[in-house]
Amino acid sequence: MKALNDFLESKVKPYFEEGGKLEKYWPVYDGLETFLFVPGHPTEQGAHIRDGIDLKRTMNTVIMALIPCLLFGMWNVGYQHYLALGIDATFIDQFVFGAIKVLPIVVVSYAVGLGAEFLFCIIKGHQINEGYLVTGMLIPLIMPVDIPLWMVALSCIFAVIIGKEVFGGTGMNIFNPALLARAFAFFAYPSFMSGNDVWINTSVRDGQSVVDGFSGATVLGELATAGSTHYSVLDAIIGTIPGSIGETSVIAIALGAGLLIFTGIGSWRIMLSALAGGAVMGIIFNALAPYAITEVQQAFMAVPFWHQLAVGGFAFGIVFMATDPVTASQTSTGKWIYGFLIGFLAIMIRIFNPAYPEGVMLAILFMNTMAPLIDHYVLQANIKKRKKRISLKARA
Amino acid sequence: MSNVIKIKRGVDIKLIGEAEKEFASPLPIETAALKPDDFYGVRMKLAAREGDEVKAGTPLFFNKDDDQVKFCSPVSGEVAQVIRGAKRKILEVRVLADKETRYEDFGAADPTTLEREEIVSKLAASGCWSFIRQRPYNTVADTTKEPKAIFISGFDSAPLAPDLGFLLEGQEEEFQAGIHALSKLTSGKIHLGLNAKETPAKIFTETKGVTITRYDGPHPAGVVGVQIAKIDPINKGETVWTLTPEHVVIMGRLFLTGKYDARINIALTGSEVKEKKFHHTILGAPVKHFVENNITEGNNRIISGNVLTGTKITEDGYLGSFERQVTVIPEGDEPELFGWLIPKPDKFSISRTLPSWFMRKLGDVQYKLDTGQHGERRAFVVTGQYEQVFPFDIYPVQLLKAIITQDLDGMENLGLYEVVEEDFALCEVVCTSKIPVQSIVREGLDLMKKEVG
Repeated sequence: MKALNDFLESKVKPYFEEGGKLEKYWPVYDGLETFLFVPGHPTEQGAHIRDGIDLKRTMNTVIMALIPCLLFGMWNVGYQHYLALGIDATFIDQFVFGAIKVLPIVVVSYAVGLGAEFLFCIIKGHQINEGYLVTGMLIPLIMPVDIPLWMVALSCIFAVIIGKEVFGGTGMNIFNPALLARAFAFFAYPSFMSGNDVWINTSVRDGQSVVDGFSGATVLGELATAGSTHYSVLDAIIGTIPGSIGETSVIAIALGAGLLIFTGIGSWRIMLSALAGGAVMGIIFNALAPYAITEVQQAFMAVPFWHQLAVGGFAFGIVFMATDPVTASQTSTGKWIYGFLIGFLAIMIRIFNPAYPEGVMLAILFMNTMAPLIDHYVLQANIKKRKKRISLKARA
Repeated sequence: MSNVIKIKRGVDIKLIGEAEKEFASPLPIETAALKPDDFYGVRMKLAAREGDEVKAGTPLFFNKDDDQVKFCSPVSGEVAQVIRGAKRKILEVRVLADKETRYEDFGAADPTTLEREEIVSKLAASGCWSFIRQRPYNTVADTTKEPKAIFISGFDSAPLAPDLGFLLEGQEEEFQAGIHALSKLTSGKIHLGLNAKETPAKIFTETKGVTITRYDGPHPAGVVGVQIAKIDPINKGETVWTLTPEHVVIMGRLFLTGKYDARINIALTGSEVKEKKFHHTILGAPVKHFVENNITEGNNRIISGNVLTGTKITEDGYLGSFERQVTVIPEGDEPELFGWLIPKPDKFSISRTLPSWFMRKLGDVQYKLDTGQHGERRAFVVTGQYEQVFPFDIYPVQLLKAIITQDLDGMENLGLYEVVEEDFALCEVVCTSKIPVQSIVREGLDLMKKEVG
């Protein structure tokens, strides 16, 4: 370790330092060196001791929380593929097929996203931040498996540059970059992001064919168009349903949520209140179902609220997207309101918007814009309390 | 029975290196130094030059804006050196101490019989006024103002902090005399905060003229700012004064003997100290006195004060005027291979991303922490961290952002008047983004004082 550090310090670093041949690539060197070594920076001012956590460890914890979703997603891609083709396949076959489909998306996401970030930092002369480590994992997990890789690449570039760097980098953005990547792909290439053809890979080899009656629709797709689904709640909880790569299994998401809550990295307030918001909206719709205009909508609204919470991107969104600390409300009270409204709006959009039955993405992006306003009112309440204290004194 | 206030937010960082409750043999003081930086909000003017003979209580500086407030030599002897920094700023004035201390005579007097003005002028002339800190801004108190209350914390909850009951044992009479003097300075109460988890020392329980409140909770329960916020928070336009019990004792001595007798006791703490004991010493004493041949080999940091708010000094440095301990811990200047990934159990964290949390649950774990920052500085990203250790009705991150953007209204409305740097020390420790919180708060206080006054 010491030898490697000494080698970097004496043989490599001078090229990148001021006056060195590769001076302008300093952010790249710095990014890689600090990935290898946490710098031995002692405290210079203020408290002399510091918590062992840093942003890299924080981001790494989120990535670990995403691993169950990634692994399950890989398997489910293979499982759905073989199911669509009516082929009996082993667990390994299913997983390997899924891995072959999913890993390139992950690689493209990281390579292109980090490339864009490195480029931006070189041009601006900024230090490279670790924010993209999580974004780069989130993006593949919220994409359909059949999305072309170049679309993933463009979405990542959009997320990094328009979603984050133009605002000043990690910590300064107002929208969740991963969701922006999805929104970009959704609005730029809608036929690759919705409908019945993108959620399950149905590419066939010689002699293979898709089974008769196969639709490829997601649970929400079926509910929105037919008012019922042939997938059970248990299917949705386990995750053996079509959907974006990482969002189908409530169990895998719950494992991630557990890690985020246990480590204190993810806000349990947001997760809980979003669940409550979704449940409340679901219950309201259940009550209003008899008054819906069409029979399909009547049936969609009558879907039990717990079923609503288990399907689509709801669980994934509230655990991994809504809890992004940068774009969420930052005050504790604000987090309750923010989460509740995300859950509430997600189910509302899902049922009221026939063109797009998945509402959690729009709900979170909308609430991203509202988060500063929520915090503003929370702070105003605190300020009012302080001013009231003065007037009470004056009266006394 | 005194009132007990429960404090939930905060954290006790248990470090290796607590001082044994035993005093080391006293050593003769050869030099002492007064550091102007210990006293905020004062435009200092030198009152003594190199070569001048001074007594204990002879002014070395005075306040340009209020020239009755003096900052006096803790020892008698010759002014040996005036250490200056950039722009000729005075950093230290060192005095070569006599073997036998000679004292200025300020005249003994019973504070209960004196008028407020007489007490103010006696404290100001003797150097004792400099120990009274004023909130807002944490500056040396203004002699023309009357505070709504005076707060004294009778316990220290900082890491490795000494037991004040032990530190002040046998000085009950002086403490009482100091309280009598202070009671003439305010028509409000003198609040004394004590630890609800321990049996309070006689020096505190037997003192008359104080309102005792007990606090039950982790650090920063012993920080006077927290105690103010819980009992009588500072509103705009109000002034509160704070003191440490040690300084009250020195004030008391002034009235009992007429001398500025700056003897104090301190604890020598920290994992790198060989003999961790208490020491009889004097304000501004040289730390060499305690650490020479008494710390482990290697790259260590000597801190005048505790690890949260103390000042980094060299082995030739001097004790600050507001410190009650010297701490020595290892420097953390070694890069760590994949340090952000490896869950090393010897690192402290309030998050549960490191196994230290689990080990803390298993038993009474003490850490040997170094001065490593454990990461690079980043923008504010993680939320809710500061709030876990900040027991004020204040939004800490939003207040810091108001300071950074120099938003005076925001600073005022979000509670800057109620806080000083030390109140934010734990926020700085737990910060994922390694933001220099205490210095930002200081900048905010300085800016607010300059703009609003």
